[in-house]
Amino acid sequence: MSDANLARALSRRSRMAKLKKRLSEGLFSGYGFLGYLFLYLPIIILVIFSFNDSRSTAQWAGFTTRWYVAMAKDHQIILSLWNSLFVAVVSTVISVIIGTLAALAMERYRFWGKLMMDAVLYLPIIIPDIAMAIMLLIFFDLSGVGFEPWKVHFFGVHLAVPYSVIIGHVAFNISFVAVVVRARLAQMDMVLEEAAQDLYADPWRTFWRVTFPMLLPGIVGGALLAFTLSMDDFVITFFTSGAGFNTLPVRVFSMIKKGVTPKINAVSTLMLLFSLVLVAISLILSRGGSEEGPSTPTL
Amino acid sequence: MKRRIVLALSLLVVLALALTACGNKATPTPKPQPTQVPAQPTKAAPPTQAPKPTNTPAPTQAPQVKPAKEIVFYNWSEYIDPKVYELFEKETGIKVVEDNFSSNEELMAKLQGGATGYALIVPSDYTVKALIDQNMLAPLDKDKIPNLKNLAPKFQNLYYDPGNKYCVPYQWGTTGIGYRADKVDKPDSWAVFFNPDPNSPAYGRMTMLDDAREAFAAALIYLGYDANTTDEKQLEEAKQALIRAKAALSGYDSDTYEDLLASGENLMAHGWNGDFLQAQEENENIAYTIPKEGGVIWVDNVCIPATVTPEQKLAAEMFLDFILRPDIGAMISQFNYYATPNKAAEAKLPKDFLEDPTVYPPQEVIAKLQFIKPVGKAESLYERMWDEVKAAP
Amino acid sequence: MKKWLTLLRQRPSLQAWLLLLPSAFWLFVFFIAPLFIVLVYSFLERGTYGGVVWHFTLENYRRVFDPLYFKTFWRSFYIAAVTTFFTLLLGYPLAYYIATRPPKRRGTLVLALMIPFWTNFLVRTYAWLTLLRTHTGLINVTLMSLGWIHKPLPLFGNDTAIVIGLVYGWLPDMILPIYATLERLDRSLLEAAMDLYASGPNVFRRVIWPLSLPGVVAGSMLVFIPSLGAFVTPAILGGGKALMIGNIISNQFLAAHDWPFGSALSFVMMAVMLIATLIYFRATSGEERRQL
Repeated sequence: MSDANLARALSRRSRMAKLKKRLSEGLFSGYGFLGYLFLYLPIIILVIFSFNDSRSTAQWAGFTTRWYVAMAKDHQIILSLWNSLFVAVVSTVISVIIGTLAALAMERYRFWGKLMMDAVLYLPIIIPDIAMAIMLLIFFDLSGVGFEPWKVHFFGVHLAVPYSVIIGHVAFNISFVAVVVRARLAQMDMVLEEAAQDLYADPWRTFWRVTFPMLLPGIVGGALLAFTLSMDDFVITFFTSGAGFNTLPVRVFSMIKKGVTPKINAVSTLMLLFSLVLVAISLILSRGGSEEGPSTPTL
Repeated sequence: MKRRIVLALSLLVVLALALTACGNKATPTPKPQPTQVPAQPTKAAPPTQAPKPTNTPAPTQAPQVKPAKEIVFYNWSEYIDPKVYELFEKETGIKVVEDNFSSNEELMAKLQGGATGYALIVPSDYTVKALIDQNMLAPLDKDKIPNLKNLAPKFQNLYYDPGNKYCVPYQWGTTGIGYRADKVDKPDSWAVFFNPDPNSPAYGRMTMLDDAREAFAAALIYLGYDANTTDEKQLEEAKQALIRAKAALSGYDSDTYEDLLASGENLMAHGWNGDFLQAQEENENIAYTIPKEGGVIWVDNVCIPATVTPEQKLAAEMFLDFILRPDIGAMISQFNYYATPNKAAEAKLPKDFLEDPTVYPPQEVIAKLQFIKPVGKAESLYERMWDEVKAAP
Repeated sequence: MKKWLTLLRQRPSLQAWLLLLPSAFWLFVFFIAPLFIVLVYSFLERGTYGGVVWHFTLENYRRVFDPLYFKTFWRSFYIAAVTTFFTLLLGYPLAYYIATRPPKRRGTLVLALMIPFWTNFLVRTYAWLTLLRTHTGLINVTLMSLGWIHKPLPLFGNDTAIVIGLVYGWLPDMILPIYATLERLDRSLLEAAMDLYASGPNVFRRVIWPLSLPGVVAGSMLVFIPSLGAFVTPAILGGGKALMIGNIISNQFLAAHDWPFGSALSFVMMAVMLIATLIYFRATSGEERRQL
């Protein structure tokens, strides 16, 4: 009798609990959906209005692809896109190498001056980009290095990129790469490396055969972060570039000054597509390497 | 995390350490250069120019100098018909690349920041004066610009550059009020800004130029003062007027105000005449007026910065001569809807353009217009008061 | 050479510095040295048309504490704090949401979080402008045409707009670190806690929140710092009417030609940021100590 009561009470309780759980789960999913909607709303609007048959980016006037045609004809935009890509690629490569070395030193050694280097490595992350941009501007102005252009052929396109821009980008990217790679290093098990040390007894081979493959997700993550930051940077590029040099964000800024036309939306939509492809590729690559994928950048 | 916390805790101490460490390391870099005294013509030829050949003006006259194949034109956006570049390139083989700025201050900051490589810049009148005072402009070689004679006589002797030693006037215009004729009455006084009526439909739907000198000029003219006053009391009054106006503004905007009138977001805007004319293409209800108190008149000029190489300078002078041709001058005016200082070009412009009072204000209106002029030391006073306006609630 | 190598092998400190050489060089020359120059500049006088006069003065720092600029500092601080608060409020549940999905979906969700941010920052901000404009913005136009409101909401040209823009801009920076800590939480620990405290809120308060705190702190830092120094977002969404300290600083360089004062302002801002960092970390280290 009391047993049956208890059982009934229990089952009711568990049913209640289940219901409650489902309810909260539903609410939660709803929240998740809304959260993502918030993130995507401006992007969706941006893409829609890239097809707007009017100069306006607020009132719909019919479908057109003319802004894409106009964009493709705009040499300035195309050139600035190449500039952006070049700066991002070069500064990513440099900062990934330098930053990874720094991360190894910081995570694997105890040495004199470590605390100081720690601060020096963290500062560029802490300092707001406007301050950093101004520091670099004054520095380049005073020292007289940097504004002269580096003339290159990049995939057959003639570019003239001021050294100052690349120097600035590397200066802030090193820190971000170092942070991401260090996070990965800190998670890594030393046991494997020690075993390898015993096996090969050659630090060089140990590094390339054991440490590096394990570190790779961190390096890829750092590289992705650096590349993104570089492509997106406006403030530092704006202050440190000399005459006639535009990256895409700087170009967009000066275009926006004369009103936002759907041409800018068209550029952004294409950029979005491009990065989606890039993400897909990096996803496929990292799937092959490690199941964790590129580690998320955390401090 | 824990370790990082400890590290971060010592960050401040360590920063000091790092600073002293680098202080030793970096002393040669920030060493004061005794040459940089205030009156000195700063940055006339910064040491940046190392890779290029000579940078002295002398070789400019040398006949063997060949024009550069490509020059950078630092211009206001949408200020020149891109076809001009095409025509020029077809004729001379010289490619002109355009880069944009949006205020005179930005232009000057960029040049002072050591940016080199611009062969042509477009400063307004008062900025030309400041640039000349700092020896930042290269004198023109007039033999290379025979079309200078096309300029109307009054543009050959402007206060900031008598005799066109450094600059070629490019376009001129006025600063006044643009409005939506279908939604609001014609504003006949600056009071619409500085004594705003909360019941007006335009209240909260107006913009003013995001430019300290232009904004103060408007307020000073409204109050009946000199637009270039350095009198602190008058400026204080103007500041109060600007703060009153702020309540009625939807924002400060120097770049897109005319589009916002066209779209109907705003109904009134403080701005430059040609911009409103450009926006008329999108919305014919946009009108422009200069209030009864007067307004600002300005002349934009094309100049050559002192940092150019002789090759760039030659190409730049060729371009200057090119845009001074009557047909090209007319083409530019018809593109940007600003008045041309080019007398010969006027002959090529349609009659209704020449008679449009928005472009060519009648004589009695011109009499009420004032130039913005450099105010020297008082500039920081203007900037500070402008910050106060901006910081006001 | 060989001697060198053995020396290197025996002295790990030397190895470390060899690895650090490139980064140390780069950062000391292109970061610390510029920092130092800015410090020097902040003690100089401005030239009439810009540039500096090599004459020592403390005037620039006195001006920083002038009520006008101090007020702006305070405002920026306030806006940054409000931004951080709302980012946390919005971001924490989202991070929790992602962390409680099956592992395969988590990866996709994290990626989906990042994708909007692969478009240009300026373009994103301008997309918000399209939404927020008072009379022609999509939000107000939609709400008005639905008849839900009769007067447009003041969404543009004020602090609301700035905060919306900043929250949007930095949301992933809050979510990712929190997600990283939540994801590492031990499932069995949660189940044990569920048995112990029985109620969800209790579990959250006593177990989940404290354990995710490092992520919260890291996220808050990542949001607070750039918000404090923001200057593009307030310029665009604030309609140029509401200033933040970043705008005043950039104005000193782009309009007012007052480099020394701009330098002093940026230096004070950096100091504020460092102090904020220290307070944050001290707060959390205390929290963690209580944990143990």
